[in-house]
Parts: sequence; C-alpha cells; structure tokens
Amino acid sequence: MKTIDACGRACPEPVLMTKRALESSPEGVTVLADNAIAAANITRFAANAGFKLSQTEQLGIYTLTLTK
Amino acid sequence: MQFIKKHWQVIVTGLVVGLVAVALTALGNPKNMGICTACFLRDTVGGLGLHRAEVVQYIRPEILGIVLGALAISLIGKEFAPKGGSAPMLRFVLGFCVMIGALMFLGCPLRMVIRIGGGDLNAIIGLVGFALGIGIGIIFLNKGFSLKRSYDLPKLEGFVPSAIALGLLALLLFGAGLLFFSESGPGSLRAPIAISLIAGALVGILLQRSRLCMVGGIRDVVMFKDAHLLYGFIAMIVAVLIGNLVVGNGVKFSFADQPIAHADALWNLLGMLLVGFASVLLGGCPLRQLTLAGSGNTDSGVAVLGMAVGAAVAHNFKLASSADGPTAGGRVAVLICLVVVAIIGFANLQKQKD
Repeated sequence: MKTIDACGRACPEPVLMTKRALESSPEGVTVLADNAIAAANITRFAANAGFKLSQTEQLGIYTLTLTK
Repeated sequence: MQFIKKHWQVIVTGLVVGLVAVALTALGNPKNMGICTACFLRDTVGGLGLHRAEVVQYIRPEILGIVLGALAISLIGKEFAPKGGSAPMLRFVLGFCVMIGALMFLGCPLRMVIRIGGGDLNAIIGLVGFALGIGIGIIFLNKGFSLKRSYDLPKLEGFVPSAIALGLLALLLFGAGLLFFSESGPGSLRAPIAISLIAGALVGILLQRSRLCMVGGIRDVVMFKDAHLLYGFIAMIVAVLIGNLVVGNGVKFSFADQPIAHADALWNLLGMLLVGFASVLLGGCPLRQLTLAGSGNTDSGVAVLGMAVGAAVAHNFKLASSADGPTAGGRVAVLICLVVVAIIGFANLQKQKD
C-alpha cells in the first residue's frame, strides 16, 4: 500500500494529498501527519468518502491507514 | 442525533462567536463589528501609532484574548506545537494582501458575517466576492499549489505571538499614556477591557478546539463536499441575526446607510475576492491565523504581522475605505495585490508526483 508523508503540511494539504493518493491507488493508502488537526481532517474525509480508517499515534506522528 | 454528534463543536462555536459579537456591540463596540479581526488589528497598530488615522486607534483586548485563549487551551490540550518555516515571507505578503482587501470592504470574513446578520446587504455582495476568491484559490490548490512544509521550531519561538499579546496587554493596562487612543469615531467605541479580553479568550478557546474557519467553510464544501465547517459559519449568521433582534441592536435590511460600510458593490466584491483568494493560499481566514498563532504556529504569526503592517500602510496612504466609499489609492492597491497573490499562486505550483 502506498504511504504518503503529509507532515508539516498546512490545512488543507494533508486531505488533498490523501485524496490524490487515493485516486492513483483506490484500494487504500497510509498517511503520516504530525498534528491533530490534519489527523481529524483526514478522519472526516475518510468517513465522508466511505473508507475504513485505523489510526495510531507515536511521538506526535499520526499514522492513518485508509482502506476500502 | 448523528448530525449533532458530528458537528456540535463548530455549531456551538459559531453560535457563541455570533452572540459574543452582538454582546460586545451592545456593550460599546462599533456597530455591526463586535469582533472583527481586520478592524481590530488595524485599531491595535493604530494604538501603537504605526498609523495616524485618529478615528481608528485603540489596542483591542479581543485580539489579545483570542491569541492568549488559543495559547491556554492548546497547552492544556497538548496541542501547542511550535512550527513554522513554510515560506514565511510569502505568508507575510499574503497577510498584507488580505488586509488590503479587508479594508477595502471594511471587514474580515467574520465581520462580513456579522454585517449580514445585521441586515447589511453590501456584505452579501462581499460574500459573493469572498466565495469567488476562494474558488480561484481552490483552482490553484487543485493544480498543486503549496507553500511547502513547516518544521518543528524551538519552544520559545512558538510563544512569541502570545508574548507580543501579553506585552500589548501590559501596555494597555499600565502604559495607556504612551499610546494613541481615538477620542471619536469607531476607535473610541469600546466595550470594557475585562469583558473584551474574556470574550476574546472565549472565542480563541472555542476556535482552537473546533477549528472553525470562515475560509475553510466554503473551501471544504467545494473541494471535499464536506459542509462541516460551513455549519459553524451558518450558525454564526443565525446567532447574530437573532441576537441583534433580542438585544435591540436593530436589524435593517438595506444597502445604504449601514454602519461603517459603503455601498460600492464592485469594490466590496473585489475587496472580499482578494481576502478569499489570499486566505485560501494562506490556509485559513484572519481569525484562524490569530488562533493558530496562539497555538504556536509561527507561519500564522508571520501572516498576522503581514496583516498588521498592511493595516498600517493602508491607513498611512489612505488605501482603506470609509463610509464615503473606496479611495483611488485603495482601488489601485487592491488590483496590485490581486496580481501579487496570483503571482504567488502561479510560482508555487508544485509538480505532483504519483
């Protein structure tokens, strides 16, 4: 599965990057983000777009995996 | 139920911010203003004597409260994170342009909503321009616009915006003799300091928690078909409208004779178009930039500084509109800023890797 690094990206880039990545790999992607705002935005996007989401956080880095 | 569970935070924030604006107006702030990020930043730089428009000078405690409220709640919620370094000078310029547009229209997106809730139909024209500007910004985002990433910074760096706010508060409380305060005009209309400060802090806290953003509301609907933030926007209009009727601030639907507003449709539209366009490239409205600055984001802090300098320049060189309408210089400045923002947009289209 494709992994994209959205760390340091300002709103709304993390969501936009996720959306783009899902266009090229529709089966799912893993996104790295470094703040709660980006993580929450991606979570909302996943719910709206009908993806399942699992999330872990370690040392301020959020790993969000979106799958069909 | 599901709807309320998902969206209650932004809706409550929208309602409270709207009611706070109405209450502050009833307690002495200028009409249809309550809290306006652009106007109050402008008043604050005027209070420091950085511009000499004598009717709009006062250090506004609301602005300081928003920054400090956001700082406090981000520390408590462990979300305080000193970050920055994402094209700071470009963000400064974008902040500057946002202010030039806001002072053409006479209000930030928040005041636009407050004006709509007060019956000012010019603000509806402003809203159309604002949405168009956001639309243009979205085209750039979709084509790969990015100011590149930010980085972790030393902790002290993240406290600077709040330290500036604290310093200004100390000046307001203990050094008023050094400052320039309006004796007439909008700058002389003030709610009591303590109430303004607490109201600002409440707004800062709610905004930090809910992430409400006036630009984000429209942007996310267009880009992601996600109306989450827009609900807060709508809640705010409803709260202002009802609040004004209850408090007796008066709601009169018209274009003419609205408080601290002009009825030049084209320039109201272009002013807010500039605000929308530049704010999308910045990633958030002026109010959001203040909140993020308090939470340690120095990119937003730099954008706020850009807005502050923009306000000083706008009043020193008579670029800001008044109730009499836009100025010739203001029209030229808005057009130049639109070109500048477009250049920043085109120059930062990153190649998209797949």
